[in-house]
Amino acid sequence: MGKTLLDKVWDAHTVRELPNGQTQLFIGLHLIHEVTSPQAFAMLKELGLKVKFPERTFATIDHIVPTDSLARPFQDDLAEEMTQALTNSCEEHGITFFDIKSGEQGIVHVIGPEKGLTQPGMTIACGDSHTSTHGAFGSLAFGIGTSQIRDVLASQCLAMSKPKIRQIRVEGKLPNGVYAKDVILKIIHDLGVNGGVGYAYEYAGSVIRNMTMEERLTVCNMSIEGGARFGYINPDRKTLRYLKNRPMAPQGGAWERAKIYWNSVRSDDDAQYDDVHEIAGEELEPMVTWGITPGQSVPISQPIPDPASAPAEERVAYEEALRYMDFQAGMSLEGRPIDVAFLGSCTNGRISDLRLAAEIVKGKKVSKRIKAIVVPGSMEVARQAAKEGLPEIFREAGFDWRAAGCSMCLAMNPDKLQGRELCASSSNRNFKGRQGSPTGRTLLMSPAMVAAAALTGEVVDVREVLK
Amino acid sequence: MTTIKTSIETIKGPGIPLRANDIDTDRIIPARYLRCVSFDGLGEHAFEDDREQDKSHPFNKDIYKNAKILIAGSNFGCGSSREHAPQSLKRWGIDGIIAESFAEIFFGNCMAIGLPCFTVSQADAQRLFQIVEEDPTAELVMDVASATVTIGDTVIQAGMPQGARESLVNGSWNATAILLQAEEKIQATANCLPYIGLFNMSVAPQFD
Ligand code: SF4
Repeated sequence: MGKTLLDKVWDAHTVRELPNGQTQLFIGLHLIHEVTSPQAFAMLKELGLKVKFPERTFATIDHIVPTDSLARPFQDDLAEEMTQALTNSCEEHGITFFDIKSGEQGIVHVIGPEKGLTQPGMTIACGDSHTSTHGAFGSLAFGIGTSQIRDVLASQCLAMSKPKIRQIRVEGKLPNGVYAKDVILKIIHDLGVNGGVGYAYEYAGSVIRNMTMEERLTVCNMSIEGGARFGYINPDRKTLRYLKNRPMAPQGGAWERAKIYWNSVRSDDDAQYDDVHEIAGEELEPMVTWGITPGQSVPISQPIPDPASAPAEERVAYEEALRYMDFQAGMSLEGRPIDVAFLGSCTNGRISDLRLAAEIVKGKKVSKRIKAIVVPGSMEVARQAAKEGLPEIFREAGFDWRAAGCSMCLAMNPDKLQGRELCASSSNRNFKGRQGSPTGRTLLMSPAMVAAAALTGEVVDVREVLK
Repeated sequence: MTTIKTSIETIKGPGIPLRANDIDTDRIIPARYLRCVSFDGLGEHAFEDDREQDKSHPFNKDIYKNAKILIAGSNFGCGSSREHAPQSLKRWGIDGIIAESFAEIFFGNCMAIGLPCFTVSQADAQRLFQIVEEDPTAELVMDVASATVTIGDTVIQAGMPQGARESLVNGSWNATAILLQAEEKIQATANCLPYIGLFNMSVAPQFD
């Protein structure tokens, strides 16, 4: 019987089986940021332990950094303190820190792939649930808690239970105006926000194969929103082409040896899956969320569903979501006025996302009623954008062009919604209060849809704009 | 091989009485202390708001400042799941807790940091309150394996699930320690991974 990539990479990283039935798994790449790691370093110190493989941990700051002024000390004392704490920990333990002065800072899930740190056949852990992003390269990547960060720092290992595996095949061809974000929103819509609990998702099929690496990152990023801690795509020629000549990727003879390993980790053709789910690419439309979980979404042409039509156990949640969003069943999202447009995040803050949005807003103006901001995913994304003249395009259209970070994805920095504002957002979570105002409201959609909504000041079908 | 002292067999020391039920984690450590870079320093803020409002709070009294064992009423540690709550108690100096009952998440968080939690009957809790109030220096001994509390000649049978007691005694509550036990195997696994050392090693890639 053939093996899946999950089986192969899991086996290669198994140190031993633990008495409690879990696996002691070696972690090939550990990424840390300022919010969840400081306590872990403190615990390490308390235990009198050192970082075991400091060369396998890389740090950056993203969650709490301001995006308007990078002058130090930061205006927010806490942001300054957390940044300082991470700087000190990295210095003390000899960990590479992509901080602002290195010019390489960015959202942890943007810089991993960009630097060539994220590679096929690796196990990757980070104290952040969206670590599944890195699975786009054919790695087993997953989020961990603070005490587990301590475990990785101390031992480069984690006690883990092996997940089951579900293959999700997206076949056919996506219509114009339908993007990777729509694909993953549709998957979460169909399988539910808890549908992936206990599973790793292997994304496959011609639609996935035809995606660029950045599109694949968008899909894997939101695996966790469907409950799956892991999401991955088998590496192929595109994966290798993307990695070639990245700063941390192997070079020369090592590159040739790496290719052999990377190709060997692909799932075998006769691999067995615990479950298979198929989606027809042609039938997809731009998706928009109407509720307070990433699973509460509709294709843009469809009205908001009636709670009465929902499965019994979800009815109460539907009603609560409608109340919070101040929407009614049967209402169309098309034409809903928005207050804020946010382009960015680890889901859609990469150069291809910004290029696409820039193409839509070029030579046009953002609606006067709204606030629109673009936050590049990393300093490297910002540099590349500058080379291509994107900041000018966005500024001329009326967008605020900011410095790299998580920003309004979770609003731990000063970028926040105010009051009941409704935000068209390219991020990944529409939870109550997620974007900084306890009563603020989020509509998740593709970056192209966000750009189109920014221009009209209301939710529009981007397919009409592209015609 | 790295060794960490992880076996928790007995907790000894004076007690501190908290005669109250339903103490939630917000009262143990107020929410404003969650935005922090380390659990260090949380100790001094334990019960901060309660202590402000009640000058006679036991945590304000010098006679209890060397206490190691907290004695409380029922449903101790209810509310928010913050690990900061047991962390702040531990940092204040508490090594063990005896109460009529515990909130489930709080109990789990205590286990993760090696803080034994015994349950006792209401009558035994009252006896312990009285003993500790009469003699704040009296030494209590919590024996984890047998779940007993000893003060002088008095022995009280307490409760704690057997699995939890075993993992404290054999040290397996501490994942870091368990993982580090396999030090040689960790290195061996790393050595077999072609990407360690950026593929510059002679080990042949696997799976072919
Ligand atoms: S961009 Fe948002 S989801 Fe991504 S790491 Fe930052 S806060 Fe988390």
